[in-house]
Amino acid sequence: MANEKRLDRIGWYFITPACVLLLFFIVYPIFFSLYLSFTSTKGIVSQFVGVKNYLRMFGDPMFFLALENTFRLLLIQVPIMLLLSITFAAILNNKSIRFRGFFRTALFLPSVTSLIAYSILFKMLFSYDGLVNNTLIKLSIIDAPLQWMSEPRLATFVLVIAMIWRWTGYNMIFYLSAMQNISEDLYEAASIDGSSKVHSFFTITIPLLKPIILFTTVMSTIGTLQLFDEPMNLSQGGTTASMIGPDNCFLTLSVYIYNICFKYTPNFGYAATVSYAILIIIALLTFIQFRLSGDREEAMRKTLERKGGVR
Amino acid sequence: MNIRKKGQSLLLYLFLSVSAFFSIFPFFWIVIGSTNTAVQIQTGKLSFGNQLGRNLHKLFGQSNMGGALFNSAKIAVLTVVLSLLVTSMAAYGFQMYKSKARERTYSFFLLTMMIPFASLMIPLFQIIVVFRLLNSHMAIVLVASISVFMVFFFRQSFVNYQTEILQAARVDGAGEARIFFTIFFPSMKSTYAAGAIYSFMTSWNAYLWPLIVLQSNDKRTSTLLISSLSSSYTPDFGVIMTGIALATLPVIVVFFAFQKQFVQGMVGSVKQ
Repeated sequence: MANEKRLDRIGWYFITPACVLLLFFIVYPIFFSLYLSFTSTKGIVSQFVGVKNYLRMFGDPMFFLALENTFRLLLIQVPIMLLLSITFAAILNNKSIRFRGFFRTALFLPSVTSLIAYSILFKMLFSYDGLVNNTLIKLSIIDAPLQWMSEPRLATFVLVIAMIWRWTGYNMIFYLSAMQNISEDLYEAASIDGSSKVHSFFTITIPLLKPIILFTTVMSTIGTLQLFDEPMNLSQGGTTASMIGPDNCFLTLSVYIYNICFKYTPNFGYAATVSYAILIIIALLTFIQFRLSGDREEAMRKTLERKGGVR
Repeated sequence: MNIRKKGQSLLLYLFLSVSAFFSIFPFFWIVIGSTNTAVQIQTGKLSFGNQLGRNLHKLFGQSNMGGALFNSAKIAVLTVVLSLLVTSMAAYGFQMYKSKARERTYSFFLLTMMIPFASLMIPLFQIIVVFRLLNSHMAIVLVASISVFMVFFFRQSFVNYQTEILQAARVDGAGEARIFFTIFFPSMKSTYAAGAIYSFMTSWNAYLWPLIVLQSNDKRTSTLLISSLSSSYTPDFGVIMTGIALATLPVIVVFFAFQKQFVQGMVGSVKQ
């Protein structure tokens, strides 16, 4: 008995360093941020202002612009990327494909580049007299160079393409490793029943991948809502520029918070308010995604069970 | 039927090849670019030039890339050591000494993974100022050392460990700390390798927090240096390409040397 108590104490010893760091660098900051969001800071002087920051946020066109930009990216980029990832994974999980190792490595390689490096790379590729314009002109696809980085729609397109390039292989690896855990017997049984490969993909693979699809969706959503490195480095002039991307089309929520803190006259209180908006949006979206997948997973399991029963 | 099948598989390989080409091409372009001048890169020259020496000279002479790479390496190594120690110990504590109170603590840990960095940034900045750590590398190492994702990753990897070995050592009279460091740790080397690679990558590529904390040029990391080179008003693409090549090289070397652990480091934790 005494020994058990001793072990329990030692269990806490092992966790203590992590707990202390967590308290200092995550728990305290998140609560202090909440407090800050009810204050207004000018220089060193800070005063309690109640919900004034929140009211200001709801009337702030820049905040809504940032919100709109962030959501536009989220809704365009994440679905395309995840569909591509799962397609690549499904193809490369097929053992009859030749050079699987090569294709897997090639598609995954972009994930080793830093966010800064690939953003700058794409900025150079798509510059006015850059390689993409030159190649498109040589191939007679366009007559005159396109203003990729000075037209909001085109700039958004470049950002989406860049993010797809960087993250598709990364997500593919999650799907591939999950697919490798699915027993071959399931597919064999299905093919004996006369199910085509495509049909098996939708009735076996997708339902069994539900947890991993949920995981990648949640992670990509959280990642996109915090997008900072890419818009900052894809836009001309970086942190000191007056606009982030043409017509501020790269102004994401995180970029806006950075600007409130370090570019304009610092107002930490209002910045904290905007950061809480991100936190609440993430919490809401994660909750919704869990709910959606939970219900559908249940439905899927029921269909599978019914099918199993018939067989 | 047979022709249709052949056509299908041809399309499949075409799709894969085109995708692989677009994935790899930028890497090829970086290597080519680092041997050319800005003008040659702009005009789309796709063959090796002889400007590597000039680019390196500018990068190391005028921009102090050497110092920046050293700073990045120093921060990354310290972060890897500290975060592996802290997070793997916590995971070990959660997994090997199970109790209700600790499970609840663990759930709380996981919950904090959802918090965006932007919400922590301002108070963190103030903490750093109060402790007089502004413009110091320690500020980056300390904040990066607590990664809840790593605690989660280690715990998942510890689940299948045969606890009988630990019990036997305990019966032999070994202390708990000794069991962890001399018996457990050596037997989990590949898990630690995976964790180290993940931690190194994250630290090496970090941008936002170093951007806020490091304010003088002699302290900045290679990531910050490259970013500032590219946002100057007259960016020299040749020099930037060389910088990107140098900053990406260590990660690629690590990737090919430890491909298995590398992927495990990213995926291992989410096996169902």
